[in-house]
Amino acid sequence: MSDQHTLSVLVENKPGVLVRIAGLFSRRGFNIESLAVGPTEYAEISRMTIVVDCEEHPLEQVTKQLNKLINVLKIVELEPTQAVQRELILIKVRADLDSRSKVLETVALFRAHVVDVALDAVTVEATGSHDKLDALVKVLEPFGIKELVQSGTIAVGRGGRSITDRTLRPLERSA
Amino acid sequence: MTEQTSPVPPKAHAPSPLDIPARTAAQQPPKSTPRPSAPPQPSSSPPSAPQPSAPQPSAQQPSAPQPSAQAAAAPARVTGAQALVLAMERVGVEVVFGIPGGAVLPAYDPLLDSKQIRHILVRHEQGAGHAATGYAQATGRTGVCMATSGPGATNLVTPLSDAYMDSVPVVAITGQVSTSLIGTDGFQEADISGITYPITKHNFLVTKPEDIARTIGEAFHLAGTGRPGPVLVDIAKDAMQATTDFTWPVAFDLPGYHPVTRPHSRQVREAAKMMAEAKRPVLYVGGGVIKAEASAELLQLAELTGAPVVTTLMARGAFPDSHTLNLGMPGMHGTVAAVGALQKADLIVALGARFDDRVTGRLDSFAPDALVVHADIDPAEISKNRRADVPIVGDCREVITELTAAVAADRQHGRKGDYAQWWVQLDHLRQRYPLGYDQADDGSLAPQYVIERIGQLVGPDGVYLAGVGQHQMWAAQFIGYEKPRTWINSGGAGTMGFAVPAAMGAKVGLPDAQVWAIDGDGCFQMTNQELATCAIEGIAVKIAIINNGNLGMVRQWQTLFYNERYSNTNLGDKKTEAKGTRIPDFVKLAEAYGCIGLRCERPEDVDAVIEQAMAINDQPVVIDFIVHKDAMVWPMVAAGTSNDAISYARGIAPQWEEDAQ
Repeated sequence: MSDQHTLSVLVENKPGVLVRIAGLFSRRGFNIESLAVGPTEYAEISRMTIVVDCEEHPLEQVTKQLNKLINVLKIVELEPTQAVQRELILIKVRADLDSRSKVLETVALFRAHVVDVALDAVTVEATGSHDKLDALVKVLEPFGIKELVQSGTIAVGRGGRSITDRTLRPLERSA
Repeated sequence: MTEQTSPVPPKAHAPSPLDIPARTAAQQPPKSTPRPSAPPQPSSSPPSAPQPSAPQPSAQQPSAPQPSAQAAAAPARVTGAQALVLAMERVGVEVVFGIPGGAVLPAYDPLLDSKQIRHILVRHEQGAGHAATGYAQATGRTGVCMATSGPGATNLVTPLSDAYMDSVPVVAITGQVSTSLIGTDGFQEADISGITYPITKHNFLVTKPEDIARTIGEAFHLAGTGRPGPVLVDIAKDAMQATTDFTWPVAFDLPGYHPVTRPHSRQVREAAKMMAEAKRPVLYVGGGVIKAEASAELLQLAELTGAPVVTTLMARGAFPDSHTLNLGMPGMHGTVAAVGALQKADLIVALGARFDDRVTGRLDSFAPDALVVHADIDPAEISKNRRADVPIVGDCREVITELTAAVAADRQHGRKGDYAQWWVQLDHLRQRYPLGYDQADDGSLAPQYVIERIGQLVGPDGVYLAGVGQHQMWAAQFIGYEKPRTWINSGGAGTMGFAVPAAMGAKVGLPDAQVWAIDGDGCFQMTNQELATCAIEGIAVKIAIINNGNLGMVRQWQTLFYNERYSNTNLGDKKTEAKGTRIPDFVKLAEAYGCIGLRCERPEDVDAVIEQAMAINDQPVVIDFIVHKDAMVWPMVAAGTSNDAISYARGIAPQWEEDAQ
């Protein structure tokens, strides 16, 4: 875990950007642990949160290589203690009439909630840190997990400053 | 995980917030200081007519930034294809190497009317790409190649990869199938932008006519500034056929591109301090010095400090070979003095070099006692292979200028390096282990002799190119280079077949120069179809084929490392050779292509045939030098071994310790 690094990458919202970034990681031999892409408060900018497992020196190299991509605007490494990191998970758990209440109890314990109910299963939604979601999965496993889907980590630095501020300050946004 | 979470932002005609800081082309010089051979600046004069025709007199000269008020001229209604040609004229393109085809047809129509742009019809798109590279390397201007979609575009992959590895400013323009066909496996469709992501500095797929001019402006800006490199612009056929407004200059939309050219002065002062304190420094000079046009500045720095200089394969000519401070080329086939100097150095000042594996040998035993100052315009090169103690990001010319000033300031305060003892060692090494070769025992031609004589007879004003292999190394070793841009080869990619088309491009860029391609018979057979182009277009290159009938460098490795088991390296055929014929007969081949074909098999004929070739200036000349096949390139550091294990010749290792006395 100690070699995991979370990079926030601001990119131009243009075709092919994801391929360029993913291709760079694979060509240079870096494993992406998780990747999440989405819009930002600016329509022309997307933000990628990339969790990568590597040591300091290769991380510096991959960051420099990323910076060379013309569509990459800014890269910030978010220190775990200085950032809020969240993942979203959806778990379809086996829950019949006998076990359903126990499942719901567990779900409540984790402040997760049920978003769909069927006769033989419930679908649980939870957000949190990677560790918290791991723990949730572990306690739900005995009931039988039918399906599981998990998002990549998204992260934002703590405090009042914004990483888009500095990037866009000279741009004098009109809207 | 969708990438396109919102529509693609509007481009030139509806400026997005990101457009606001974008500077116009004319306001953004490629480097912070104009230089004679920098990529030409776009002219800001408005289009005089919708048809691309009027030559732009100022386009070839870097012009002072123009007031952008002129940009407000009324736009002209043109087709996308016309916009493409107009934009290429505005950025100063004078020659395009290419082949038309279905998807790029619209672009070729207005090209026919351009008085400024000469289109040279090559025989294979790979030839177009290497020609653009040769043109760029010879002139410092951005080379341009053009091809159609699908196979036309994929034939550019090798030259793009080659230009990427050697940081050559090249713009490739390809036609793409119409927008409605993209993604349907249409006829001659290939995702060329996807294919070339890893081998271009950047690339574009243009599907709207109004984006063409801006994209061309951006492509040339990207190719020629910062660390130069190839840029591909793939344009859908329907975008070229539709009409649009053409205005110039264009506002760039490149918010993520800010190359740093000015070095950090504290780092430079630190480097100067280290040079004063060092006992055994080396200036390790790479191709970046040539890209930055910094040879004059390098000479000043070297002469002021008295530090030894080594010039890598990509930097031959950046510093005069005749200069006493030059130890020659480092690396796998470098001189013992250059390799030894790096190994024994206590300070390496790397200028526009990238610690390539062919230079360092086994990295963990490379220059074990050296501190490293690493100056490069690309921050990603610094500490990539060898950790830098003092990193300097910046344009080599600015770095060297500032470093020279800092060294001079130190010397005024009495702080200067004393390298006398170091020079005793180095002089001993270069005297004891000079470059050399043996003549063949049987009276046949030594390849090194041929190359050496070409260099001596043609002289330092000639422009020399090479393919890849033994002949390339000998051309790097045995020709004396005195000036930058007189040695052009495929360094990083090692592309066999580079020489003929690249020589064609170099000769187009420098029509008055003697342009000599030193080629191997293996390399020559990969791209010699461009002889037809040379003959028809009157591009009078000289091709010296160093013909040993083998893939010589591979054969050398088989000799040394594979027990002389010559698997698939013999290009000849014993039966026909016994009858005195060769397949192919290069003299007949040359003649078939409308070139002069000459052959030389004896040492005593070498000078005469070279002089005969030099006297022919209206036709390409091909000389088939039949050389003996057992010559090897020495010195040599075997791949994957330490530079300490360099062999001066087969079985002969320099004696460092004894020699160091």
